[in-house]
Amino acid sequence: MAYRVLVVDDSKLARMSIARLLDALRPDWIRVEAANAAEAIAWQGREPIDLALLDFNMPGPDGLALAADLHNRAPAMPMAIISANNQDEVVARAHALGAAFLPKPLTQAALQEFLAEVEARVTTTGQAAD
Amino acid sequence: MIALDEMQRDALTELVNLGVSRAAAALRVMIGHEIMLSVPRVEIVARGNAARMIGEQEGTRLVAVRQDFEGDFSGRALLIFPETKSLELVRAIIGGGLPLEDIVALEQEALAETGNIILNNCLATIANVLKRSLRMSLPDIMRGDGTELFEVSGTGDPNDVVLVLYINFTVSARDITGYIAMLMDLPALRSLRELLDELVLRNMASPDVPR
Repeated sequence: MAYRVLVVDDSKLARMSIARLLDALRPDWIRVEAANAAEAIAWQGREPIDLALLDFNMPGPDGLALAADLHNRAPAMPMAIISANNQDEVVARAHALGAAFLPKPLTQAALQEFLAEVEARVTTTGQAAD
Repeated sequence: MIALDEMQRDALTELVNLGVSRAAAALRVMIGHEIMLSVPRVEIVARGNAARMIGEQEGTRLVAVRQDFEGDFSGRALLIFPETKSLELVRAIIGGGLPLEDIVALEQEALAETGNIILNNCLATIANVLKRSLRMSLPDIMRGDGTELFEVSGTGDPNDVVLVLYINFTVSARDITGYIAMLMDLPALRSLRELLDELVLRNMASPDVPR
């Protein structure tokens, strides 16, 4: 299944870096990008998103606020917060929303592990995400 | 006037974000309370105005832990607090059980050690991502207003431009606010631009190319 992945980061460099890894790991997946929470919500309203990769520290609502918003709109959608800020509270809030926490700079190995886990989850439940 | 293009500024802001996020995680371990970070700001300003960026917002009396760094690019990193918050930070780190006179006695040492951990985390992350090594001086405690803290070389002409990176952090549970700031002057800024271009290129390359 070709997933539609939403990548949200205020830094173009960070989006490029994630895009590069995604292209290597899942070249057939479709990627949409947003630079902030408002753009991300607009994408989500426009078309179904299967997976969201969210930066934490962004101008406007941060990645955790965005994750909460997306979770309300699409409770089954897998999400990951990507940040170098691995404080216990940040990781715990990500997990409370059912989101994974991936360290930044993101490595191909860490992303691969997360994608494989998401695919296994979707296969087990027998359905794609919302 | 030397400037950063949009992609260089983006890369630098992201780099500072990475460095400061790591530093906040280290401070979280020391304090035991969550550290909230602002979005980083990157500005190229006249040296005289750099001082005002901090001084204006927090009043005039500041205490800072300073570490100078040198290598492919050189500059100064500062962990800055309003002087009134300094003891509160020390108290948060060494625990609340000690009498005030002990906390005052430990202030210099605790500040230097805290600054060392925070600034090293920040600078080491930046150096690693840029694939360069930076040598860092020992931490030094400074007290003064923004102008005194932001003097990079000691002979600074107030009309020189400097690159200022800063981020505001708060520990809401302990009523502590402060800044992490970095200052670089013109030669450093030229070298930094080249390193940022390399970083952008590395992130555009195919992942099969070793980074």
